[in-house]
Amino acid sequence: MLVWFHQRVPALLILSMENKEKILLAHGSGGSLMHDLIEKLFKKSFGNEILNELSDSALIKSLPAEGHDLCFTTDSYTVSPLFFPGGDIGKLAVCGTINDLAVMGAQPLYLSCAFLIEEGLDYDILERLTKSIAQTARQEKVKIATGDFKVVEKNNLDKLFINTSGIGIRHAGVKIHKETIAPGDKIIINGSIGEHGLAILAARGDFDFQSTINSDCASLSGMIAKIIQVSRGIKFMRDPTRGGLATTLNEIVLGSNFGIRIFENNIPIKEEVRAACEILGFDPLYIANEGKVVVIVAEKDVEVILDVMRRDALGGESQIIGKVVKEPKQKVLLQTRIAGTRILDMLTAEQFPRIC
Amino acid sequence: MCLAVPMKIMEIKANQALVELGGLRKKINLGLLEKISVGDYVVVHAGFAIQKLDEKEARKTLSALRQMSEAL
Amino acid sequence: MRYIDEYRDRGITQKLIKKMLNIVSDYSSPIVLMEVCGTHTMSIFRSGLRNYLPDNIRLISGPGCPVCVTPNSYLDKAIAYARKDDVIIVTFGDMIRVPGSSSNLEKEKSTGRQVRVVYSCLDALSIAQDNPDKKVIFLGVGFETTVPTLAATIKIAKEKKIRNFFVFSGHKVIPPAMQALVKERSPHIDGFICPGHVSTIIGSKPYEFIVRDYHVPCVIAGFEPVDVTQAIFMLAQQIVEKKSPVVEIQYSRSVKEEGNRKALDLMEEVFESEDSNWRGLGIIPESGLKIKQAFSDFDAELSIEVEVEMTKEDKGCICGAILRGIKTPLDCVLFKKQCRPENPIGACMVSSEGTCAAYFKYGK
Repeated sequence: MLVWFHQRVPALLILSMENKEKILLAHGSGGSLMHDLIEKLFKKSFGNEILNELSDSALIKSLPAEGHDLCFTTDSYTVSPLFFPGGDIGKLAVCGTINDLAVMGAQPLYLSCAFLIEEGLDYDILERLTKSIAQTARQEKVKIATGDFKVVEKNNLDKLFINTSGIGIRHAGVKIHKETIAPGDKIIINGSIGEHGLAILAARGDFDFQSTINSDCASLSGMIAKIIQVSRGIKFMRDPTRGGLATTLNEIVLGSNFGIRIFENNIPIKEEVRAACEILGFDPLYIANEGKVVVIVAEKDVEVILDVMRRDALGGESQIIGKVVKEPKQKVLLQTRIAGTRILDMLTAEQFPRIC
Repeated sequence: MCLAVPMKIMEIKANQALVELGGLRKKINLGLLEKISVGDYVVVHAGFAIQKLDEKEARKTLSALRQMSEAL
Repeated sequence: MRYIDEYRDRGITQKLIKKMLNIVSDYSSPIVLMEVCGTHTMSIFRSGLRNYLPDNIRLISGPGCPVCVTPNSYLDKAIAYARKDDVIIVTFGDMIRVPGSSSNLEKEKSTGRQVRVVYSCLDALSIAQDNPDKKVIFLGVGFETTVPTLAATIKIAKEKKIRNFFVFSGHKVIPPAMQALVKERSPHIDGFICPGHVSTIIGSKPYEFIVRDYHVPCVIAGFEPVDVTQAIFMLAQQIVEKKSPVVEIQYSRSVKEEGNRKALDLMEEVFESEDSNWRGLGIIPESGLKIKQAFSDFDAELSIEVEVEMTKEDKGCICGAILRGIKTPLDCVLFKKQCRPENPIGACMVSSEGTCAAYFKYGK
């Protein structure tokens, strides 16, 4: 990892032709421009006692890991446009990695944050995204412990990518694992699906429709902490991001000795999302979410968990959408609105708007 | 072979209309139809309205179906 | 009245099926119905309707998926166009993964060729206006529902004098293909579920010859579960009661006997019929549409020269027989093995409404 933190002389602002400050290759070269960026932007926004040390790697002295297991995850984020209704790539990069920790039952503590930037990006964009990252991390009580910053030549990547890794701790008593899932368990989702994917599509403007659909991009860690507190009956959790709910459910049955049956009528979908899907020929079950979690719970605990979820801001529309069944194994069956059944497969390829 | 959805006409400007479904709005072309007014429902395919939906026919079909369904 | 949810009613669907069971239970021979249209195939699978139908009603899927019946040679030419530096290919999303002899448009795009997906052919006009130094070729694939939108777009291009917009017409019309099927009597078809949106444009008259000359009943159906169920019920009734077959319109909220006159006029103004090659069905007389001379400036094939590779067909693929309803995907040795949605060998797997894709996605 190239480290941000070498002391150099601060540099002057670099102004482009249009008088707008731009990110230059030099910003990533380890020189004074980079130092300036670190001091004025990253340290100021993310600053905490670990990051402020500016050491080659983050030294975490007080990791409260006794009686806990450590969870460690990484994810890279690329989205166009960088800002979309309901969020931006910065918020997404923090929430996404936090959610990967949270669905394991872990409490997220530290994140790394690495930017890959195309030269010529407006400084203002980087600043707004950095602030968004800082704000989201602060709200979720996680610290940005280390980071990286690279600039590549024009046209070598699309504007800006972010990678975040995350460390969290999980109480050794929490037994959330696919192997604990058994027939009879119930499947809950915390709200309506398909909003992130369609908000991005609408924001891209390619298909020219006006909507008020917002991305559901949010950190689930608060709500998940609450349900873990009230129940030991949580068997498994996963956030249905890329590939949507259908793909996540298929990942769960893959290699298992059970199947899943879900009920189309119970799956919350906002009317606008449904409409966009009708028009473009999409299936909402395959559209990405960024603030949803599928929770598989023992039947006896389902009411208490639903109750806690529904009282949380992110779980008001929580629903039991299905159950774990013995047969057919390794398959997800959907009971349709007219009470027919069909197999729900994984997403095989990106969905395109179609006329047929 | 052809996806098309019923949408409601909200505004008309010359050959273009703003249509709505479930809160979602879209601009479409009215060049394939005549005598369309605000409030009509049209069948939209690939950015064009291809037919005006006939409310009388729709109600007729549905009420016949409901009667059949109750008679059973 | 919002014209969607009313037609997804579980109660009505189930009652219709019950009634259907009553009328066909004493009928001794199997009833084979062909859903001509791929959107019907998809709707039937998506709603899970198949599990409910009486055992002696068999649905077979027809050639009504424009992507599936577009032959390799069309794709090869589209790909050759895409490889020209001064060309932008614009297409509906349906075509993007359809395999040609050795490539597809998605692969071409990944090597830097300009291929753009749009929702409407009008979007292709905007792309042409935004890129005056490029030739913008729209892949005109589709049936009578889509053709009038292309005709309208070509007329706008002419009015606005947009000189860099071209259409590569692979358009086809449905009734001749239905005739080709009933003429051969293979497979045996007892009734047609006719396409609702094609019929919205052409009306019900173009099917009259099928009931008159071939005595096969036709019902024009909408696409919601209630629509499709009711259409099957209406066909079963015609067949069981042995009435002389007629063309009935179930989808009467959208389909008029005379169709959409304005759209038909536009179509006739811009396009004329020609013989056309259908994957699986071969050359069918007067089943394709080419751009008329008055609009030939917009005909990609007349305006832009290109060298096309020799077309190859995959030997193991039985898409042709599947499109004619003679075989099902389960008869194909490639199905679910080499041929999968992420690596389609035949067009019936790549199109979201193709029979193979439907069997793969929703089948048991």
